[in-house]
Amino acid sequence: MDKIASGSRFAGGEDQGDKLFRWLVTGLAVGTIVLLALIIFLVFGDARSALLQFGLSFLTTAIWDPVAERFGALAFIYGTLVTSAVALLIAGPISVGAALFLTEYVPKWLREPLSFLIELLAVIPSIIYGLWGLFILAPLMRDAVEPFLQNTLGQVPVIGALFSGAILGRDMLIAGVILAIMILPTVTAVSREVLRAVPDTQREGMIALGATKWEMIQGAVLPYAKAGIAGASVLGLARALGETMAVTMVIGNSSSAISPSLFTPGYTMASAIANQFTEADSEMYFSALVAVALVLLLVAALVNVAARLLVWRVARGPQGSARL
Amino acid sequence: MITAERDTVKQDSENKTGIARDGEHGMRVVNLSAWYGPVQAVRDINLSIVPQAITAIIGPSGCGKSTLLRCLNRMHEVIPGGRVGGVVLLDGQNIYGPEVDPVRVRRLVGMVFQKPNPFPMMSVYDNVVAGIKLNRSLPKSELDDIVERSLRQAALWGEVKDKLNVSGASLSGGQQQRLCIARAIAIKPEIILMDEPASALDPLATYRIEELMGDLKERYTIVVVTHNMQQASRVSDYTAFMLAGDDRIGELVEYGDTNEVFTNPRDKRTEGYITGRFG
Amino acid sequence: MEGSDITVGSGGALTRDQDGIWQRRRLVDVFMTVLITVSALIGVAVLLAILAYVVINGAPALNLDFFTQRPLPYGEVGGGVAPAILGTLYMLFVAGLIGVPIGVGTGIYLSEYAGTRLAPAVRFTIDLIAGLPSIVIGVFVWALLVRHLVGHFSGLAGSVALAIVMVPIITRTVEEVLRLVPGSLREAALALGVPRWRTILRVVLPTARSGVTTGVVLAMARAGGETAPLLLTSLGNQFFNTNLLQPMAALPVQIYNYASSPFADWHTKAWGGALVLIATIGVLSLVTRLATRGQRPG
Repeated sequence: MDKIASGSRFAGGEDQGDKLFRWLVTGLAVGTIVLLALIIFLVFGDARSALLQFGLSFLTTAIWDPVAERFGALAFIYGTLVTSAVALLIAGPISVGAALFLTEYVPKWLREPLSFLIELLAVIPSIIYGLWGLFILAPLMRDAVEPFLQNTLGQVPVIGALFSGAILGRDMLIAGVILAIMILPTVTAVSREVLRAVPDTQREGMIALGATKWEMIQGAVLPYAKAGIAGASVLGLARALGETMAVTMVIGNSSSAISPSLFTPGYTMASAIANQFTEADSEMYFSALVAVALVLLLVAALVNVAARLLVWRVARGPQGSARL
Repeated sequence: MITAERDTVKQDSENKTGIARDGEHGMRVVNLSAWYGPVQAVRDINLSIVPQAITAIIGPSGCGKSTLLRCLNRMHEVIPGGRVGGVVLLDGQNIYGPEVDPVRVRRLVGMVFQKPNPFPMMSVYDNVVAGIKLNRSLPKSELDDIVERSLRQAALWGEVKDKLNVSGASLSGGQQQRLCIARAIAIKPEIILMDEPASALDPLATYRIEELMGDLKERYTIVVVTHNMQQASRVSDYTAFMLAGDDRIGELVEYGDTNEVFTNPRDKRTEGYITGRFG
Repeated sequence: MEGSDITVGSGGALTRDQDGIWQRRRLVDVFMTVLITVSALIGVAVLLAILAYVVINGAPALNLDFFTQRPLPYGEVGGGVAPAILGTLYMLFVAGLIGVPIGVGTGIYLSEYAGTRLAPAVRFTIDLIAGLPSIVIGVFVWALLVRHLVGHFSGLAGSVALAIVMVPIITRTVEEVLRLVPGSLREAALALGVPRWRTILRVVLPTARSGVTTGVVLAMARAGGETAPLLLTSLGNQFFNTNLLQPMAALPVQIYNYASSPFADWHTKAWGGALVLIATIGVLSLVTRLATRGQRPG
């Protein structure tokens, strides 16, 4: 093999080998673009009949009636937004806190093991979060946390509506909490990188003014890292939006009307697809579910691009930052 | 090692505390040593800083001069593994005393760094009042006064008075450094520590900083670390020369009036360093 | 540190004192320190809670039958998840055959031919594919293979879905580790007259071997735990099946089916499956992490 190769090289085949290899890897790389195009094309193609049938009302109505073949995905979109928002509200502060602990507080020797433990949360498969959520978290929420919330925050005017109604043990709040746990490692890891990029001179500048550690973080570290932390949160949001199994197992999968209460069972776009796809028995039903997938695909792409842009901005550093 | 260190401090300090108790003014360093983890960086420094004057700390790189400076407002311990032994008296009180809050030390002993480090997300105005806002909220008019006064003292007012709202990072390097000086004096410290404040600047900006230091010593006590001996001889009233021994631990070799140190050094090593550089 | 017997009594300008603002600032500092510490502890505590429950609830399910038998209908004692374990391994193998060449090839392209105009577009595509919700990948493969080319659920469809999950992970890792190979190494080989493609295959790739392996293993671990796309593609199977064109069982799908059932015994089996899954993935992550520590080229 070697001899043949060098023989042909002598005959001027050297360029041939390089050319072939370049074409091969370029072909594979272009293949990924083709793949993405194919994904969009096929999903769009199968969603077409539902989109043609229902038009914009697919996004603005909440009626999902397979028997009458009337489909509007608003309830799923609503469920996706609410659960993701809950997840971000819970996981955002905790993740930034954990990232601050890892960069500003923890002694060096403990930093890596601790980061590893938190990042391990990211490799646990979705199905295991679902299992844990279904059998451990949901009963805990139903029996302790949610009654407590109802008795306290539920009594407050306006926001009390979020915590009203019967507690069933399968609802959007539980889904949001599970999602929060799942995006925690992502947001923590990215925030940690962003915080590590804050120059020590910024920290020292604040400390030398007689700032406490927290004032240093508040005055110098967080403002510098602001955009990057936003990017980290959006990356977490992107993950929450598309998460399927864990949500499917705890959200209750019910397409009843949109209710302000977090204690209502619901659907997200992803859980609706996972839960109903194999039962769909008509062309239009399939098409409507694929249309939901199309909406999810577009939203996920949009959020991912937004996150990239934010992270890209951070990579350039704050405008004009003390470059000398 | 620490215990032994503490014992020497105790012995040594007993006769000196008497003086310290009588409302002594200014800063005095007694038997100061500093470590990075297990590695000792400076050893047994004794030094009295003269108030309302400029004291320069000079010496070859690695002699521990920046480390010593950072010990004077408890910035050394901010570095992971940074430890300090010995005593630094500020107006008669040991800044390393157990009841002392390092945050309060740093409000009385300000610092300007080698690289200008304005806060890029804050305006020029907010940079100046950053330290004030930590401690109390003042009415806008009072803050305005402080900003103008600090920037005037830092010889920057004329250049930035029309752009107080632009980012502190958009100024030139020399302006940034003077902004950092304004930021440091806005909280009215007694002492300002400067760690090679002009080493990142061009000659003209350097000249302006040196000029500014001369103005500032009317009100403040200044300790400046520099590797530039001409600068030390130009701006300082007193000079401390440090050198790392064979064990690479920095020691104070000579300390005295700048003219004396540069023209008539007592120690051969000082002479060697100065003539080597000047020659 | 506190060689401090020298101090003048208390009440100096530096002392922590009774002054209200200073006290409040200190208090806020302590409060935030506690809050930040607790945040980090929450992350660790949740991890430990999940691991503990999986181990405690899953361990009773593990026995020889669990690994060697097929699932039995409810009411019959015993049975196991052997078809699911085999199915997962089988589909991962096929997914690897598809995904590894594409991922490694694209990674090589991005690292070694980065100057081309196409590279940013490819990188952007990889980012978008990585950001695709896995259920959408399932819908796509269903539309492509289940609906059109094969006509029914199949192990092949599952493998393709898992391959799509793997590609961006492998690509990103390979690009990253190849970039760490020093340029001098490439130049040295090229200077010896070795053509570029052989330089890449014989010098660059072997130098980054451990990093490339890490990427592949991580991608396998991630794909092996995927459930959602398989629900729409390989579907699941109670029987042993090695025909790629037939529905095929997978461990995560089996866990889902057991967990959604009303039977306590099946719940235990779900936990058992979860324990097997998490132990495998955990060991793989740990091993790759330890193996690559300090071994990166450069």
